[in-house]
Amino acid sequence: MSSIRLLIGTKKGAFILTSDGKRKQWAVNGPHFGGWELYHLKGSPADPNRIFASQTSSWYGQVIQRSDDGGKTWNPPGTKPEDLMGPDGMPKGESNMFLYNESAETGQPLTTHQHYDGTQRPWEFKRVWHLEPSLTDPDTVYAGAEDAALFKSVDGGTTWKELARLRSAKGQLWQPGAGGMCLHTIVLDRAHPDRIFVAISAAGTFRSDDGGKTWRPTNRGLVSKYELPDPDAEVGHCVHCITMHPSRPNVLFMQKHWDVLRSDDAGDSWHEISGNLPSDFGFPIAVHAHEPNTVYVVPIKSDSEHYPPDGKLRVYRSRTGGNGWEALTKGLPQQDCYVNILRDAMAVDQFDPCGIYFGTTGGQIYASADAGDNWTPIVRDLPPVLSVEVQTLS
Amino acid sequence: MIRVVLPAHLRTLARMDGEIKLEVEGPITQRSVLDVLEARYPMLRGTIRDHVSFKRRAFVRFFACEQDLSHESPDAPLPDAVATGTEPFLIVGAMAGG
Repeated sequence: MSSIRLLIGTKKGAFILTSDGKRKQWAVNGPHFGGWELYHLKGSPADPNRIFASQTSSWYGQVIQRSDDGGKTWNPPGTKPEDLMGPDGMPKGESNMFLYNESAETGQPLTTHQHYDGTQRPWEFKRVWHLEPSLTDPDTVYAGAEDAALFKSVDGGTTWKELARLRSAKGQLWQPGAGGMCLHTIVLDRAHPDRIFVAISAAGTFRSDDGGKTWRPTNRGLVSKYELPDPDAEVGHCVHCITMHPSRPNVLFMQKHWDVLRSDDAGDSWHEISGNLPSDFGFPIAVHAHEPNTVYVVPIKSDSEHYPPDGKLRVYRSRTGGNGWEALTKGLPQQDCYVNILRDAMAVDQFDPCGIYFGTTGGQIYASADAGDNWTPIVRDLPPVLSVEVQTLS
Repeated sequence: MIRVVLPAHLRTLARMDGEIKLEVEGPITQRSVLDVLEARYPMLRGTIRDHVSFKRRAFVRFFACEQDLSHESPDAPLPDAVATGTEPFLIVGAMAGG
C-alpha cells in the first residue's frame, strides 16, 4: 500500500508527517532535535529510508544528521567508533566539517566576496541551507552552504569536499541577500547525470555539465533594476528558487526576488512569465508531478512586506507554463493572513492526482490532494516552517 | 577526574545526561579537557570550538569557580578546584537572544 511522508524543517526542530495514499488522515511525529533550527531534510531517491537533515544553531554551529530507517532514529554520520576510526584510534566526527577549498588545484583560489557595503569579505562557513541527495547513489549527497558554496559527500555525509570551482564563476562579485549569502537550491538532472544547477542569493544561477568540475553563470535574461547597478549583470541577481520537471530537463522555472521566469534552454537564457500575478515577488516555485507545464508560486507583497497581498493567502497555478495564472484559494485564509512561505517550503508528491504541500512562517502546513483545487491544514501550530519535502512511498 | 557540564542541547546531541567525568592526563587546561571530551563524544566536534582553528564558538562560554574563563588562553591551567574535581568545568550557551 502506498504512503507518504512529509519532512518538515522548522525554526525549533523537525517534524515528520505521515499518511496513506488518500492523504486525509495524518500523523504528526516530532519535534526531532527540538530547539535547533532544521533548515532542510531530504530523503534519498535511491533509498527512501535514508534521510539527511541539516541541524543548525547560532550557538553550536552545524550538525548533519542521517537516518537509515525512515526517520525513526538519527545519527551524525561517522560519529560512532565503529563507523569511522582515525589513525589514532579515535572517531573523527567530521560530518559537520565544511572547509572551503583554497588550494591551487581548484585552478583559481578565491578568498573574498562582496559584502553589503561593497567591501570584500572572506568566505566564512555559517550553515547548510539545503541537502540534495543523489538521484542514484544513497551515499552521495550535495550540501548548499552559507557563505555560498557547494559541498559533496560520497560517504553518506561522513565527510565533505567543496566543489570549489563554482566560486570561480565571478565569486568576487557575489554578495549576501537579506537572508545571508547562501546556496539554497540544487537541481540534479536524471537525463544528464553530470549536470548540476545551483541557485545562490545574491549571485544567481549556475550550471555545471561535468559533475561540478567547472561552472558558468546562467543568468541571461534576468533583470534586477533596483537591486543591481547593472540590471542585467552576469552575476549578482537574487534568485530565490529554481525547479524543473524531470521529463523536460531543459525547461527551468525561477522565482526571483522580483519576477517569475522560465528558461527553455537549460538556463542559457530566461524570459519573464509573471503575467497576471498580483505580485511577482515570492520565494518558492514548484512543478506538478505529472504536468510539466503546470507551475505553482505563492505571491508575496514585496521585498520588505513578506506577506501575501491583501492579507489573502493564495497559491497561483499556471497550466500553460507561465503568464496565465489562476488563484487557488479554497481552504486557505482569505483575510488577515500575514505569513510568509519560504523558498524550500513547498513540494509536490507523486500520486495521481498530484498532491501539493507548503509550510508557513506561522507554523501551518497546508496540503492539497487535488493539485491545488482544495486545501486543508494538516497541522496549524508548528514553529515557523523553513522547509517541506515529500517522500512518496510504495 | 575532571567534571564537565554541557548545555542541554549538547547533552542531547551527545546522548548523555548529567555531568561527564573525564580522565585527563598532563596539564589540565581548556584545550586538554576539550580534546578528551571530543574524543569521547566526537559528535561534539565543531559545536564548542572550530574544527581547525580550535577557536571557541562566539556564543559558547566557559565558566568555573564562579569565574568566566572564556577569554583565558586555551593553554592556561584551569583552577585547582577543577583539576581536582571539586568544581565542574561549565560549558555554557551564551545568554543571547531575547
